[in-house]
Amino acid sequence: MNRNRINIPLKLLYLQGKSPLFRIILNFVFPIMTELKTPDISIIDIDKIRADFPILSDKVNGKPLIYFDNGATSQKPIQVIETITNYYKHQNANIHRGVHTLSQEITVAYENARATVQKHLNALYSHEIIFTSGTTESINLVAHSFAKQFLSNGDEVIVTAMEHHSNILPWQMVCEERGALLKVVPINSDGELILEEYKKLLNKKTKIVAVTHISNTLGTINPVKEIIDLAHAQNIPVLVDGAQAVPHTFVNVQDMDADFYCFSGHKLFGPTGVGVLYGKEKWLNQLPPYKVGGGTIKTVSFERTEYADLPLKFEAGTPHIEGGIGLAVAIDYVNEIGLDKIAAYEHDLLEYATGLLQKTDGVKIIGTAKNKASVISFVVEGLHAFDIGTILDQLGIAVRTGHHCTQPLMTHYCIQGTVRAAFAFYNTKQEIDLFIQGLERAIKMLR
Amino acid sequence: MSIEETEKEIVEEFDMFDDWMQKYEHLIDLGKSLPMISEGEKTDDRLIKGCQSRVWLKSELKNGKIIYTADSDAIITKGMVALMVRVLSDHTPDEIINAKMEFVEKVGLTKHLSPTRSNGLLSMIKQMKMDAVAYKTMG
Ligand SMILES: Cc1ncc(COP(=O)(O)O)c(C=O)c1O
Repeated sequence: MNRNRINIPLKLLYLQGKSPLFRIILNFVFPIMTELKTPDISIIDIDKIRADFPILSDKVNGKPLIYFDNGATSQKPIQVIETITNYYKHQNANIHRGVHTLSQEITVAYENARATVQKHLNALYSHEIIFTSGTTESINLVAHSFAKQFLSNGDEVIVTAMEHHSNILPWQMVCEERGALLKVVPINSDGELILEEYKKLLNKKTKIVAVTHISNTLGTINPVKEIIDLAHAQNIPVLVDGAQAVPHTFVNVQDMDADFYCFSGHKLFGPTGVGVLYGKEKWLNQLPPYKVGGGTIKTVSFERTEYADLPLKFEAGTPHIEGGIGLAVAIDYVNEIGLDKIAAYEHDLLEYATGLLQKTDGVKIIGTAKNKASVISFVVEGLHAFDIGTILDQLGIAVRTGHHCTQPLMTHYCIQGTVRAAFAFYNTKQEIDLFIQGLERAIKMLR
Repeated sequence: MSIEETEKEIVEEFDMFDDWMQKYEHLIDLGKSLPMISEGEKTDDRLIKGCQSRVWLKSELKNGKIIYTADSDAIITKGMVALMVRVLSDHTPDEIINAKMEFVEKVGLTKHLSPTRSNGLLSMIKQMKMDAVAYKTMG
């Protein structure tokens, strides 16, 4: 019976494409009508948005797909998909190399994409935007280059207990290489950083702080501005892992005063294999290149090489050209909807799902911070996350199960893993209803 | 019953179910009925590491035949483990080494054996066979 509830909007989408009149009613009249009654559901035009994501009308295991694994990666709107195919059909050429038209045009498009990212993060200069392969590479770049220049025996690097392995291992590695110490800011039982402990960790030996903006496992939104202010008071730079933040919130790197900010395109409705490192000019100029090769130089001889200026100094080799361009389209897409509206809509989903989960027998939510993004991790008493994920998968519901690359966090909570539902702006309350029903069914089967 | 006969029996058993949900229900029942390894015996050397669900495997040689006991912390994995034990346990090392395990594909469990499912099942079959090789060479 409830499957019909999801079928209705899908049918509407179909009709919407067919009939202009229907489109007018759906896009203009209907939102106005509903706005008068219940303002929250007209925040965004959900049917129009869902129609932009082809995969959302697919079936998985014979059931309409309900995609809640947005923390791992997000789905792509048709605008991004078409940008990539169009690139290969009509634009393919290497950038920064040729005098021919195609090469020049694609170079301009790629640099425009950089400018789009710059504007989106409110960075001061576009050369402060380095294209990488993703968050992981961005953090590795900073960790290795920064350590080479600034980290020595006895120095300290601060991370937090809720970091993704990608924001632990690079630091652990360079600390081991340089004889430096990795210090960890602990969290409280709600999954919030204990700032008092953080303050105690900051000292003269601290060379850099690396902290996640939003926890991929707990959903906690960290007070990054405060964390940065405290570090800056002692002239310590801060790297922010924004992988989970950019899809959900406005990021203003100048206001936040981050020294480095990293994110991945694929979690922001863009292509996989492309990511961003924002770095303040003054820091990026002081760091040596992390990988070298074609494109990173001014002059090369066998005796000496003079490296190019920012950003090319950090972009050796042919980059992920269509990735960068696709990412810019994804950013435009998100901005067209409006990140403030997205945040409000997702918050509504979060509260709705949290309320229902709290009422579900045996469910315990892991991560109950006051300030949370639309990510819910939970465990079910006596049951294994793998089993729940497997049954939900049979029902077409995609969730993440396991430790989410945050093993130290699992150790903190004394659990093996959680089930995680992470919502994006294309998810709906109807989907959450079906998810809860599926979960109840799974629990009944497994008990 | 020979290994092949047990395999055939399992294939027939699963053929009775129309959809995967029923197959899972059956696996869960099998998992619940599997004799467990006692907590004290769940030592690290018996642990087969998968990414998500963990599997413990114990093997003993009795009258020239290997007796397997196994356990998992996830119930669906445990059901699959129960099938492996049912097929291979109580056979000679030679029989186990030569077992083709074709039922896995016929039942439709192959997707659960791909390394990416990382539930330790593939490693478990390998370990069962390696134990058989070890017992064989021990004589
Ligand atoms: C908080 C956080 N940091 C870093 C990463 C790594 O991102 P990527 O695999 O795209 O490099 C992730 C991805 O799961 C994440 O959630």
